[in-house]
Amino acid sequence: MTATSISRRALLASAASIVVTSVSANARIITGAMPWSPSAANPPRPWRPGPWQFFTADEAATVEAAVDRLIPPDEHGVGGKDAGCAVFIDRQLAGPYGRAEGLYMRPPFMAGAATQGNQSPDAPAALYRAGLRSLADHVKANFGGASFAALSPQDQDAVLSGLEKGSIELKNINSADFFNLLLQNAQEGYFADPIYGGNRDMAGWKLVGFPGTRYDYRDWVERHNEPYPLPPVAITGRADWTVR
Amino acid sequence: MRRTLIALALSVSFTGAATSEGTQSFDRIERGRYLAILGDCTGCHTKPGGAPFAGGLTLATPFGNLIAPNITPDQDTGIGHWTTEEFVSAVRDGRGHNGTRLYPAMPYPAYTKMSDDDVLALRSYFLTIAPVHNPVVANQLPFPFNIRLSMLFWNAVNFSPGRFQPDSQKSPQWNRGAYIVQGPGHCVTCHTPKNLLGGDKSDAALRGAVLQGWFAPNITGNERIGIARWSNDDLVRYLRSGANRWTLASGPMAEAVSHSTSQMSDEDLAALAAYLKDNGSGGPVSAPAAPDRNAMQAGAAIYKDNCAACHRDSGMGDEALFPRLAGSPLVQSEDPSSLVRVVLQGSRAVSTASAPTAPAMPPFDWRLDDSQVSAVLTYIRNNWGNVAAPVERDAVKNGRASLSSFP
Amino acid sequence: MMARKLPAKDVVIIGLGWTGSILAYELASAGLDVIAIERGPWRDTATDFPPSYSPDELRYAIRLDLFLRPEQDTLTIRNNLSQTALPIRHFVSFLPGNGVGGAGVHWNGQTWRFLPTDFRLRSHLEQRYGKAALPEDMTIQDWPVSYDELEPYYDRFEKLCGTSGKAGNLRGEKQPGGNPFEGWRSSEYPTPPLKQTLGPTLFAEAARKLGHSPFPQPASNLSEAYTNPLGLRIGQCTYCGFCERFGCGNYSKSSPQVCVLPALMRLPNFSAQTECEVTRINLDSAGKRATGVTYVDTSGEEWEQPANIVLVCAYALFNVRMLLLSGIGKPYDGQSGQGVVGRNYAYQTTSSVGVILKDKILNPFIATGAHGMMIDDYNGDNFDHSGLGFVGGGYMGAGQTNARPIQTRPVPRGTPKWGTQWKKATAETYQRGFSLSTHGSSYSYRDCYLDLDPTYKDRFGRPLMRMTFDFHENELKMSAYLTDRLAEIARAMDPVEITANPRKGPYNVNIYQTTHNTGGTVMGADPATSVVNRFCQSWDVHNVFVPGGASVFPQNHGYNPTNTVGALAYWTADAIRQRYLKNPGPLA
Repeated sequence: MTATSISRRALLASAASIVVTSVSANARIITGAMPWSPSAANPPRPWRPGPWQFFTADEAATVEAAVDRLIPPDEHGVGGKDAGCAVFIDRQLAGPYGRAEGLYMRPPFMAGAATQGNQSPDAPAALYRAGLRSLADHVKANFGGASFAALSPQDQDAVLSGLEKGSIELKNINSADFFNLLLQNAQEGYFADPIYGGNRDMAGWKLVGFPGTRYDYRDWVERHNEPYPLPPVAITGRADWTVR
Repeated sequence: MRRTLIALALSVSFTGAATSEGTQSFDRIERGRYLAILGDCTGCHTKPGGAPFAGGLTLATPFGNLIAPNITPDQDTGIGHWTTEEFVSAVRDGRGHNGTRLYPAMPYPAYTKMSDDDVLALRSYFLTIAPVHNPVVANQLPFPFNIRLSMLFWNAVNFSPGRFQPDSQKSPQWNRGAYIVQGPGHCVTCHTPKNLLGGDKSDAALRGAVLQGWFAPNITGNERIGIARWSNDDLVRYLRSGANRWTLASGPMAEAVSHSTSQMSDEDLAALAAYLKDNGSGGPVSAPAAPDRNAMQAGAAIYKDNCAACHRDSGMGDEALFPRLAGSPLVQSEDPSSLVRVVLQGSRAVSTASAPTAPAMPPFDWRLDDSQVSAVLTYIRNNWGNVAAPVERDAVKNGRASLSSFP
Repeated sequence: MMARKLPAKDVVIIGLGWTGSILAYELASAGLDVIAIERGPWRDTATDFPPSYSPDELRYAIRLDLFLRPEQDTLTIRNNLSQTALPIRHFVSFLPGNGVGGAGVHWNGQTWRFLPTDFRLRSHLEQRYGKAALPEDMTIQDWPVSYDELEPYYDRFEKLCGTSGKAGNLRGEKQPGGNPFEGWRSSEYPTPPLKQTLGPTLFAEAARKLGHSPFPQPASNLSEAYTNPLGLRIGQCTYCGFCERFGCGNYSKSSPQVCVLPALMRLPNFSAQTECEVTRINLDSAGKRATGVTYVDTSGEEWEQPANIVLVCAYALFNVRMLLLSGIGKPYDGQSGQGVVGRNYAYQTTSSVGVILKDKILNPFIATGAHGMMIDDYNGDNFDHSGLGFVGGGYMGAGQTNARPIQTRPVPRGTPKWGTQWKKATAETYQRGFSLSTHGSSYSYRDCYLDLDPTYKDRFGRPLMRMTFDFHENELKMSAYLTDRLAEIARAMDPVEITANPRKGPYNVNIYQTTHNTGGTVMGADPATSVVNRFCQSWDVHNVFVPGGASVFPQNHGYNPTNTVGALAYWTADAIRQRYLKNPGPLA
């Protein structure tokens, strides 16, 4: 995953006798010095505004409505929708997380005890497709053909509660599991670094008073009971970095 | 007379192999080995990962590329077929085998100061290196620079041949330091600013010069932008270990420390310090323009969020880990090229036996745009009592563009 | 297809984490030709975890970017022999590291020594409480080394790390401000203890009120810049609160990267090879001597690296698997109780007490991985267990390492998990709530062990390792007791609310606890009950060593394992340098 490569050596800047030879097609031998090259970095790729990359329009509408009930707009700050939680989830599902990349997904898949962990062969992307579809079917059947997004907030809350408790049963997917996944991802979206599409304007961090990517609190360790005065900062910075 | 005798004696022995004549003595070879360290011959003539002195390293000059030749005693591709006279004149006069004119990437304008004993000792040492077959075509310059005859004109303007003349008013230690700086150590080659032809501006000795996107700093005794506030001990520690209270060596100086200064004797390092600390303050420097307040404000925020976790709010850094910025002459350099480069690409300190860590500064090119880099550099150059010209956005923009073209 | 054979080396090291780095440095310094083969990538501070993007909770703490991918290697899990083990498809309970530096990159830096009584655990407990006090199926053992023998090596590892702390027992003399229960130390800690935030300070006050002796947790997040004996510089910790699961961006958390590798890489007779996975240790036809290892590169090509000495320096769990797959030592059979490789697997028994205070500004995001104030009164056999119905114990206290908001958002009991009330409670409690914890022992049992799974395979077709583990009555009782004691101290902090969460069974692989997996290649005095001898040398193949990974622990005690792992690495290095090289053969 790391992208370091010894591709350039500045004139007279290399004090090392690095031997990066290939014993085999793709391996690195490192000897003589620690490898390093200028500009070598692996920051996260920022989210790009644009059309939904995973959700269909209907799915997106449902998820936007859902995250706005899970994290409602109120006097404490914006809700999940305006914070970008649905965008966050969309981009996550379109990427390695959605594909369950790196997880052990070999068969046989057998149901086990709860203590043995998730044994589902379905990656999050598949779970959302199944869950949102079943949810849409349920709402359509029980609310006169409506979509989730069109329901009143009270009805939306009731549906979400039903999923959470398992009193609403979804086809093809355990409703409580689906609800917990959605809640988990919504909260991730609200509190993760804004570079991933959620936590817009650091709304989540401002809600709790988390200073973000700050890395030096030495002067504040022993200032007990004093509020920390600096605003939060994210990987992409903050407004104060801009020269007026 | 003496020179003739030496020349006679050496002409017997230059077949490329050590003889039993006594002209290849242990003392002379050992002296030559040490002089090769002072001269940092390996820095250009040994390609990283390659055989010692077998050449092949590409040197990017402002005029195009050269490839450092093979100076092992190989008969076909090295200098095994050179006479002693040719070796000496290559090192000191820039004229090699058959009178070939060398480009001053070979720092003969500095090596010209070397004494006979020293250059002959170098010769003795180089005859003992393992011969390596490695053909190198040194001249990769584009037309018209690839015409070596043009060096005739260049030398006339920029080259003053001649041995080092000690200053009778100064101590032997000072003179030794001067000899090394001006001669084999060739500090002047990087640290003295250049004219348009790439020759030294001899009236501005050691006031700093730009070299492949790095600014080799001012090492005169200037109070603000030179080494006035470095003690002799600071200098010695920097050259020996690559780190001192102020900073760590990185960029091209990392190589110089690693292959050359870290292996110099204690006496020579003390002599270097004695000379550099007693070499004038380099002449007047104009007061820079005051920085823009908005830039300082943004720079302060950027500094706090990006830099302070290592360099501290106080700008004092941590010795042998994170350079000190407050009061630093490097930070206040007239030319900010090194600062721009280090912030954009990151930089790694040298690893030496006494300071092996080699901490690295990470790159910020992906995180900060040109305006932000210029703001934070302006801030560090003008905070904590520092005074230096602001860094303009275009300087960063040009730096970013040109860095991608360097090896 | 035949593996291609490479030129021989003196030493081949499997894995380049803490133990691999230490052994590589010690043996390459002694002039040996050493190669380390690491299946993960090279990792370096400025390139891989700079302060500019390391503090990213989603990437590193949630998506586990630095950790081993289960697809590359994982285990199957079951609680007992009557279950069918199923794969851990996604690591949660424990998070194995990967890459150069191993878990040393993303550990917390908590640097504890075991107690002198821990090293003679069975003898001591039987002597004090009688044989009948120990459950029949508890398979704890005395270590084959004593605390006194290991003390200089603890000292050495702490000096390598520059650990920050306050001695409580200096050459037998009690020191105020330190841990009064600790084993004697030959020297003070290399750097002073970390300064503490409000939470640990309040805990310490309450603990003192109840008659305990709180002290600063020993931390390898340094309180000041330090130069270690290899000449390497370690910086001052800045309390960023991105410690466990993250690499340190400013050289202030001890790791192989900071404490060993730059000096190691200067040795010309050492080379590291990354992204290559050792698949087995090769033995000669008699099976008594290792000839080297076979590894697979990223293209799937097999290579053979011959060597005179093979050091098994992977993460503890994978050390066990390596021996099982290489046929070194008799595999342990959970049904019959016969065999040794995989026997005595143990874990850690942790619990917590959540505390919500009134009118406090805790700034919980200001934290280090190993800061905090602890008491050791209830660890090991530091207290009289008569009549309590369990043995063992752990340290406890206030060492919350972070307040990263995806995972850490305390709310009062009964708060809904979402909606307006959730949001309000979250906003109002964040600054006032924090977590205390207990860190208890996990003793060994006949039915807690590791072996090869019969069904599930890795990408090479080799069986995964199977973990059979559950908490026993002894550990659950211990956890309840420790948690009650901690809750008493919590109540003395004048809280609005506390929530005690003692460890409950069965062991659930879906809840994060610790990455302290021990045992499986136990070190012992008797080959019938151990895999390696007191010099961490295989009883069966004398040129194979398991130098101190936690797989050599006969059981796990109430402390984090790393300091003991590092000490045993140095202990083994000395045994190889001073004994084995002079006279290759069994050392015990």
